[in-house]
Amino acid sequence: MNIELRLAWRNLWRHKKRTWITVAAMVFSNVLLVLMLSLQLGSYQMMIDNALGLFSGQIQIQHQDYLENPKFRDDIVHPQGLVNTLKQATDLETISSRGVTFALVSSASRSYGVQVVGVEPQSEPLVSTIPGLIIEGRYLQASSSKQNEDPVAEVVLGKVLARNLKVGLGDELTLLGSGRDGSFAAGVATVVGIFNSSLPALDRTMIQLPLDYFQHLFASENRASYVVLNTPTPLELTQLNATIAELLAQQRPDESLQVRDWDALQPGIRQAIQADLSSAAFMYGVLILLVAFSVMNTQLMSVLERTREFGTMMALGLKPWRLVKLIFLETTMMATLGMLLGAILGAMLTQYYHVVGFYYPGMEEMAAKFNLPERFYPDVTWFATFIGPIFVMIASIIAAIYPALKIRKLDPISAMRAV
Amino acid sequence: MNVSSLTIAFTLAWRNLWRNYRRTLIMLLAIGLGVWAMVFMTAMMRGMVDGMLKDGIRALPGHVQIHHPNYLDDPSVANSIAEPQGTLLDALNHPQVDAWAMRVKVPAVISSERETRGVMLLGVDAAAELNLSFDISHITQGQFLPSLTEEELAVDVQAQKAAKGIVIGVKLAQKLETRLGKRIVVMTQDIDNTIVDRGFRIVGLYQSDIPGFEEMYVYSDRRLIQSMVGLKGQVSEIAINGDGYRDNQALLSHIANASPADMKVESWRQVDAYLSAMLEMMDGFVLVWIVVIFLALSFGLMNTLIMAVFERVREIGLMQALGMRSSGVMRMILIESLLLLLLGLAAGNICSLLSIAAIQDGIDVTAVAEGMAMFGAKAVLYPVLQYSDMLLANVVVIVLGLLTSLYPAWRAAHYDPIVALNKH
Repeated sequence: MNIELRLAWRNLWRHKKRTWITVAAMVFSNVLLVLMLSLQLGSYQMMIDNALGLFSGQIQIQHQDYLENPKFRDDIVHPQGLVNTLKQATDLETISSRGVTFALVSSASRSYGVQVVGVEPQSEPLVSTIPGLIIEGRYLQASSSKQNEDPVAEVVLGKVLARNLKVGLGDELTLLGSGRDGSFAAGVATVVGIFNSSLPALDRTMIQLPLDYFQHLFASENRASYVVLNTPTPLELTQLNATIAELLAQQRPDESLQVRDWDALQPGIRQAIQADLSSAAFMYGVLILLVAFSVMNTQLMSVLERTREFGTMMALGLKPWRLVKLIFLETTMMATLGMLLGAILGAMLTQYYHVVGFYYPGMEEMAAKFNLPERFYPDVTWFATFIGPIFVMIASIIAAIYPALKIRKLDPISAMRAV
Repeated sequence: MNVSSLTIAFTLAWRNLWRNYRRTLIMLLAIGLGVWAMVFMTAMMRGMVDGMLKDGIRALPGHVQIHHPNYLDDPSVANSIAEPQGTLLDALNHPQVDAWAMRVKVPAVISSERETRGVMLLGVDAAAELNLSFDISHITQGQFLPSLTEEELAVDVQAQKAAKGIVIGVKLAQKLETRLGKRIVVMTQDIDNTIVDRGFRIVGLYQSDIPGFEEMYVYSDRRLIQSMVGLKGQVSEIAINGDGYRDNQALLSHIANASPADMKVESWRQVDAYLSAMLEMMDGFVLVWIVVIFLALSFGLMNTLIMAVFERVREIGLMQALGMRSSGVMRMILIESLLLLLLGLAAGNICSLLSIAAIQDGIDVTAVAEGMAMFGAKAVLYPVLQYSDMLLANVVVIVLGLLTSLYPAWRAAHYDPIVALNKH
């Protein structure tokens, strides 16, 4: 080991207690940072997955005005053709088209205004988790391919809506609304399944029908409100967006269609994450600053109490910058120790919660609001484990600048006489 | 201990504090920063939750609500309650009640010539509604429903016309591609489960700062809606406000005691579990945040005191050799720590008061407005300083700070004078 390193290491342990207390300050903050960040990042991922996977999907192709104002008439002609072209161009199978409108649904005893979604029974399971959340009955089935046959009038609906309408499997629902051309639209469909998304807002307000029946009912033959597309990589959509946009410009130049990714579809998710991150950043910043002050004080003490010693060393010919280097070496060693211990303990604590689950009072209600599980199981990741501790380490080293500057002002003669 | 020795102890501690002014200043900076962060952050979070609660309760509305037992799960016209009479009416007109309103509140489908939406149809008494939850300044075009008695309504043709109107949100009007003065059709279910529809003229447009609100709620006259859905002398809910949202227990039992058995009386905490959980979580969060910041501070504080004691070992030994008792030494160190804490607290409190005053007009977070809306919060954050939180922060810092100082003080008091004197 080189002599400077050895000197710095030994100096560090001249005041064992002081060094350990400073390291403890780092470890305390680091453990908190690691756990909090792991919990946050994990919950963001889940928010994205759950919120998009449930229904909206990661990308939608819509009429350019549809996002701002989802009008029934701003739709896509020949959606099947578009879906097929997209499948070829993107190599993805997870593409489906939907029609959406509002209607009044009535059972024998109750009526509610709901969102009516026409889906393609075959491909819908590839873009939404709702088909997998059927708790009673079955999901919609693909209608027979025979031409000129009336589409199957079946419907699935949310658990809460089914309860409120007082309907079960096999019961009939009457739908009343307006068709695409403004005509009166009315139909009767049989309940074949009930889903439970555990998001009351959705379970209360949505019914799904086969797209062909939807088109038949609402006089929108060969049209869909939008095409939805899922990818395995929701965080890297730029390339795909460009590909699809180009395709739309080539194939459907007159229809003013637009690609909307999840950030445009549900801007709330990214913004909620940003809002949460910025308040967290304030808290983390304060913690890190407090550790830095602690380090600054410790190092200042350690410089001041060695004034005589430093004076002697300088009188013996040691250049001041080497003493400055010594202080930084000491600080770096201390900070590295704090970082490693903090990261390890933090990762261990996170792993503990990964196994038993993290919970605090009130989390249940929060979780219900955001469609998250009631207990939270954070994953240990390299990023969450080291990013906080590395910041603490950098802040600690920066904090040593002030004490180190004191050395440069030392005059060897008066320093040696200092008490 | 007499006054002069206490004065001496304080003077001594004060002077000791400034022997190494750099160290003391750094520590003061740290304590000040910590206390500022405790108070400031708490005020911001309180402000956010406060805004959420006020909006949430305004949207519900009411601190206390009366419903049919099944209404909240199944908001149907079938789950209605009788209009208040007798003891309940007396209880509602009691001074303990700040404002109350009864409303018919049923899901409906609203259509213009071009678009159709699902909404919540509210049949309200204009005067009571304005008193309870509707802010007349939110009307951007036209007017709110007229407040008229039955007699006035019977005579005044103009009023009759206005009373048959409907007030909808600006955003809803945009989505329906309609505007003030146009007619729209509202379709809902009457008490016999027959679909009923009726044309309304839009007499007013309103804006709401509660996300999603103006697309959801449309207002019309209660009597009109009652006759439309076939409810005679019945309403969906009675909303009651007391003097504040925090403590509704007295109001709740006051109303509950006067209500017939077939009505369910609940406070907003039972109706909106999310809001209630937020309020309770805030109290927990405030304490955890204050303690965490203090712990981060405590390491530095302990180190500073240990150093202060360490470099004065000889001096302390001398004092003890001259007859100072160990309790005296301990007192001296604790007073030193107390002075340090008090100075830091003063600095932190002043900074937090100043910074909170500086952003009293609110911080605009429009950039993440839709994200805030997901939490139920607004796009402008106002700090709300609760003095109890500030007090809590101060008490925690003083009490835990002195506890932290006990160890260095105890060590200083238990040096062997002989050994201490020979140190160095």
